[in-house]
Amino acid sequence: MLKLDKLVKTYHTGDQALKSVDLEIPKGQVLALIGPSGAGKSTLIRCINRLVEPTSGQVYLDGIELTRLRSGALRRERRRMGMIFQEYALVERLTVMENVLSGRLGYVGFWRSFLRRFPQSDVDEAFRLLDRVGLLHMADKRADELSGGQRQRVGICRALIQDPALLLVDEPTASLDPKTSRQIMRLIVELCSERGLAAIINIHDVALAKMFVQRVVGLETGAIVFDGTPDDLTPEMLTRIYGEEDWEATIEKVDDDGQEEAVA
Amino acid sequence: MTGTSVSELDMLIGNRWKKPPLIKRQWLRWVLVLGALAYMVAAIGSVEVNWARVYQGLDRGAAFVAAFASPDFVTRATDIREGMIESILMTIAASVVGITISIPIGLGAARNIAPLPVYLVCRGIIAVSRALQEIIVAIILVAIFGFGPLAGFLTLSFATIGFLSKLLAEEIESMDKVPAEAVKATGSRWGQWINYGVQPQVMPRLIGLSIYRIDINFRESAILGLVGAGGIGATLNTAFDRYEYDTAAAILLIIIGIVMVLEYLSGVIRARVQ
Repeated sequence: MLKLDKLVKTYHTGDQALKSVDLEIPKGQVLALIGPSGAGKSTLIRCINRLVEPTSGQVYLDGIELTRLRSGALRRERRRMGMIFQEYALVERLTVMENVLSGRLGYVGFWRSFLRRFPQSDVDEAFRLLDRVGLLHMADKRADELSGGQRQRVGICRALIQDPALLLVDEPTASLDPKTSRQIMRLIVELCSERGLAAIINIHDVALAKMFVQRVVGLETGAIVFDGTPDDLTPEMLTRIYGEEDWEATIEKVDDDGQEEAVA
Repeated sequence: MTGTSVSELDMLIGNRWKKPPLIKRQWLRWVLVLGALAYMVAAIGSVEVNWARVYQGLDRGAAFVAAFASPDFVTRATDIREGMIESILMTIAASVVGITISIPIGLGAARNIAPLPVYLVCRGIIAVSRALQEIIVAIILVAIFGFGPLAGFLTLSFATIGFLSKLLAEEIESMDKVPAEAVKATGSRWGQWINYGVQPQVMPRLIGLSIYRIDINFRESAILGLVGAGGIGATLNTAFDRYEYDTAAAILLIIIGIVMVLEYLSGVIRARVQ
């Protein structure tokens, strides 16, 4: 459903963030994108919804070429791509409910959104999502009153209320403690399977990625150097992606974590 | 991994550490310091003070200060009331109009949300408004529209635009861009993006600046009367011309009182909108 074709991004500074990336993701697949800082992971997902304009190459979502859309059509397609951010990216002075409902902005007119009179179905859906992530009682709180994990749950609701076909997830757990990180990852993966969503999850915690996804793509200096299952990620492969380091611990830890999680 | 160059470390251990100076060349540092001192001495020396004149003026100054002990609110009560009402109306009207016009110009003057041509036009408007001092604008407008509060109202509106648009634009430019990016990623239109992604971030500052500008406009309105642009300044000027220091003191006390009330209100409002 999502296809990247020779995607290139060169910044004004001359930095080549992406060097001809080809990637295809079938419907409903959750994919982890790993790689060191500066490998181009953030640029890659921002090029998909064109928060960053790619330099060349094409992006297709269900056969529609996103890279050639003009602003109105691009807006309509953006509704089908929910985005979740590293630092949650909530608007702090708005309430939780406003933040969630902002996911519907692409569907409602200016005055309805300005007056905060969203259609009842949107409001109902917002309450259902907040209930699903356990934050129903927080609806009228301001976003800056929430903890990190709670904020990320609101961020997830905002992405899901768009009724997307694809989730673009940028380092969802980088600002969270280990336990909350797993809860958030599990929540994202569960919601994707409930709703049949495809997702690209940028993540630099390899062990965490291996716990939750079926497919891992490794990016290194703007090029894909690995594409396989979590089990294919050998120490040699990790060295290829990240550079020389002792990777045994990263790989072993996965099993322990898995069991502990199953109990919890 | 650590201790790659032990000899370099050995050389540093035991040495004092000082913050690197802003200006590296030592002679240049001394030249700048001595030059500044010499300039100050020369500058003070160049001011001519006629001490005999100061001595004579002391009496008048004392009479003026003494008038604050017995301000006369009564004799010119009608003039003071009319001047005050005019000043307050000028302030309110100019602030409302100025702030309303400032918001779109401020949006246009923020490089991170406006396209380059819009940005240049809006920055140009701000530059013109800021380059012309209020008094000069008032003199021009009095020449065009004649004496009276209309000139004052227009002057203050014009000055408000330069002040508020510039500071609003700077606030927008320094906002956190990630939440705004998140709102854009939902497929929002431009107006919705501003309303949800930008406005909440800059609103407290916009309110604070607006109140501050109302405060400035009121104080300016007292000055503008001196050049004939209406308001309490005209009354104040007349009082000075007639050597009615007690009436002048009364007017100044009222101005101080109103400014203090505005200051208090701005504190209360800003605390609530954080």
